[in-house]
Amino acid sequence: MSLVTPSGMSRRHFMGHLAAGAATLPALDFISHVKANAADLKRRQKACILMWMSGGPPSIDIWDLKPDSKNGGEFKPINTKGDLQISEHMPKTAQVMDNLSVIRAMSTREADHGRGRYYMHTSYVPTPTVVHPAFGSVVSYELGSKRKDLEIPAFISIGGGGSSPGFLGMTHSPFLVNGTGQIENSDLGGIGLDRLDQRLRMLGTVEDNFIHSQRGESGQSHKDVYVKAVNLMKSKQMDAFKINEEKKEVLDAYSGAPAQGGMMGGGGQFGRSLLMARRLVEAGVPFVEVDFGGWDLHANVFQTLKTQRLPALDAGIAALTTDLKQRGMLNDVVLVWMGEFARTPRINQDVGRDHWANSWSVMIGGGGLKGGMAVGETDKDGISVSSSKSYQPGDVWATVAHALGIPLDTVHKSKNGRPMKLANGGTAIQELIG
Amino acid sequence: MVLGMTTMNFTGWQGLQTRFCRRAMTSGGFTSLVVAAALTLPLANVGASESFTTGSSDVIIQEINSQIRQTWKDNEVEPSPVAEDAEWMRRVYLDVVGHIPAVEDVEKFLADKDKAKRTKLIERLLDDPGYTRNWTTIWTNLCIGQQTPRRVSREGMQKFFREAFGKNRPWKDVVSDLVTAEGHYEENGATNFLLAQMQDQDDGAQMTAKTTRLFMGMQVQCTQCHDHPFNDWKQDQFWQFNSFFRQTAKVDHRRFDQKTGRMVDDYSEIVERNFSGPVYFEKRSGLMKVAYPAYFGTEVNPDESTDRRKELARLMTAGERPMIAVAYINRLWAHFFGFGFTNPIDDISTHIPVTHPALFDRLGEEFVKSGYDCKQAIRWIANSEPYNLTSRTTKKNARDNPAIGEAALFTHVYVKPMTAEQLYDSLIIATNAHKSGRSGWEQAEAQRHTWLQKFVQTFGTDDGGESSSFDGTIPQALMMMNGPLVQDAVSVKAGSHLHELLTGKGSENQKIQRLYMTALGRMPTRSELGAAQKFLNNSHDPLTVYQDLFWALLNSNEFIINH
Repeated sequence: MSLVTPSGMSRRHFMGHLAAGAATLPALDFISHVKANAADLKRRQKACILMWMSGGPPSIDIWDLKPDSKNGGEFKPINTKGDLQISEHMPKTAQVMDNLSVIRAMSTREADHGRGRYYMHTSYVPTPTVVHPAFGSVVSYELGSKRKDLEIPAFISIGGGGSSPGFLGMTHSPFLVNGTGQIENSDLGGIGLDRLDQRLRMLGTVEDNFIHSQRGESGQSHKDVYVKAVNLMKSKQMDAFKINEEKKEVLDAYSGAPAQGGMMGGGGQFGRSLLMARRLVEAGVPFVEVDFGGWDLHANVFQTLKTQRLPALDAGIAALTTDLKQRGMLNDVVLVWMGEFARTPRINQDVGRDHWANSWSVMIGGGGLKGGMAVGETDKDGISVSSSKSYQPGDVWATVAHALGIPLDTVHKSKNGRPMKLANGGTAIQELIG
Repeated sequence: MVLGMTTMNFTGWQGLQTRFCRRAMTSGGFTSLVVAAALTLPLANVGASESFTTGSSDVIIQEINSQIRQTWKDNEVEPSPVAEDAEWMRRVYLDVVGHIPAVEDVEKFLADKDKAKRTKLIERLLDDPGYTRNWTTIWTNLCIGQQTPRRVSREGMQKFFREAFGKNRPWKDVVSDLVTAEGHYEENGATNFLLAQMQDQDDGAQMTAKTTRLFMGMQVQCTQCHDHPFNDWKQDQFWQFNSFFRQTAKVDHRRFDQKTGRMVDDYSEIVERNFSGPVYFEKRSGLMKVAYPAYFGTEVNPDESTDRRKELARLMTAGERPMIAVAYINRLWAHFFGFGFTNPIDDISTHIPVTHPALFDRLGEEFVKSGYDCKQAIRWIANSEPYNLTSRTTKKNARDNPAIGEAALFTHVYVKPMTAEQLYDSLIIATNAHKSGRSGWEQAEAQRHTWLQKFVQTFGTDDGGESSSFDGTIPQALMMMNGPLVQDAVSVKAGSHLHELLTGKGSENQKIQRLYMTALGRMPTRSELGAAQKFLNNSHDPLTVYQDLFWALLNSNEFIINH
């Protein structure tokens, strides 16, 4: 692995260090100094971690409680360090809410899992004429391509299904990993580096012949992908996936204290995935999506939330926020929490909540956005947005784009030449960026 | 004499075998069957001759040749030379039966002196079980997607297409069955096409859009919400068309499972439901409107007594050149050439230019006249001159590049990446696993399915199966480089193909040649041979050199890109 030249440093600056450093420091110290410097710069790179609650989480029981309504259910709100209340089952998160805000006036239109997932990921309603990129792919395209020393993919999705890079092309598709961080087929399968090298040299001969055979671009594209795959196999940055390198206390904090019966409902997994996300962001990955499922609570909603979903969610969000803050990264890393929609304010006969897109909440924080706020509000029963403005996924992603420094007037072109506005032309939410 | 002819016929790029031949002539040491095969010439009439033939002399093939030639003339381009046998053979195998040829077949074909050997090979492939399997795969993916939607039977859909292609059923009967299907999804596999379009409660919008797009080559989906911005489709037409599907309903059956004591999914079926009169839709202005069933202006009785899907099927399959014939020809042409008469192939309308309008019309008509004979349509295309050209461009036709939006002129065959299925089945052929008989059919199918699912999962899911080819994701590259399938392929365990080959008789050169023939269906060039020899000379473990060479060949762009 070659020594990374910090991108924020001019050559003269670098040489200056070299001269001064050589006089005073032993060589080894100097190298570790430069490495630390590079690591520090990477840490300050902008990134987004999306916590994707697949199934559709009941935001009325988490972020926007209605204790005085028949729709309110069993949970009570508690005060937080921010200027808003959240669920009593989110006590650890309450302690970091001064860093996080809740958009309480989401009003989206898709209450089907597939369509909602597409809409919230891309800001566009699904249409058979074009496939829109998930916002992670947009970030990969806009930021990932510029990070020359990033050897691993710029959009990594942990534990979830894929989303399409659409017209941005396969380079920007999410790189799927499971929660263990083991990348399938990424080891050499028992052969040494010298053998790999021999194989690659032989491959080069055949590939180059085909590339020069006047058959268009696809031969070269194939080679490009292989180069990337080999870089990935050899990259030190792959260490970012190894969460077991972390101290036990850190792992425990992310996972929450082991509940009775061990890591219930995959809760420990969510925390571990968030920890991996932090490590990836630290390595320079600009977009990480962490999947946390089990929210399609048509029945028995309160019991499931209380004992399984919320303890894991609470521990994970609190640990991640605290960890990023301690590492000085929170101002550069945007956290977004959402699902494909939320759940009905009305409680059904199975003590469950059904699909609901009309009035719900998304949590967002970090990245220099204002924390501790509730943006917008819903009426007393939670059945409609009562503030003057309601928000679409495009507005959430425009806010993220603003925090990441991606110009909001960016326009991409679909394969058939149609201009596609960033985040479907959404606007950054003024209260959060103000 | 052989060398003389070769030199005369090859100009410019066509050096692979030529160079090798020279070497063979001068070194004098190569007399194996493999070498003899390599010396076989491409057809004598390479290049700009007007009398190209594969050995078949159908009048429609001649029509294709002359109309395509006319556009070359009109556009002042020249065709690429005729493909060498090795290149063409690999392509026609992939296109017709969905996998590369086995090395023994390559050797036989290259050694064959019969002037009609190309057309004979086409006939043989059309009769091969691989034909049915390949087209079953293609149409199953098109109809229900790569990943089976909920409450759809992939087996049922495959069974339906296996029979359709196995018996070479007329395409119009196939379409008619799919559009009118009713009943149990395994007993009547045709139902799965519509079941797959009934995932959302969308008033049949997806059924409408998919049926028109897939079978008629018309993209009407945006007219669900507004008039089409470019073509003649209006919003009310979408809903008129849609109203044909409104008598369709599905029933998802569940059953009690003794073991678990729970209700579990059983079969699904399509049933008719009572529906008469108009459908309602909303204009952008918010105005509600009505639409009655009508097919391109032909109105259908909207009473309950009408079986609307039967009426639709009747109208779709009527006439001298219905859209289903034209759309099928376009899809088939694109399957073989890489591009169709329109781009995209499923948008045949006034706002998309047609590259060869007269030929396109003619082929549609002839397809109908043939009785919608799918094999016959393949004969016309595969025996045509343009399909027999090389995929390499020349200076005289480099600008014929439909990938950047130019109208396709078919001066050469455009390359296309293998689909996931082609890749898997080709790897099996290259490693001789199909002959080892190590596992039974069912087990082999299960392994294939698992591999394909993994390969496909490395993409974001997309509609229609057209994303299933190698389009460059890192996980796919990793799967090819380090995955168990290729690991097995390069294994030198006793009984493996590679072991057999390497412990058999033959010189180092012959072994290298055979690896090339096995993976790429061609002989190595002189420089490739030299490079491999160098590796052998520098190694004290020749076995690993062969292993690594085979690995490199299977992982190469030349392997995975159908050219």
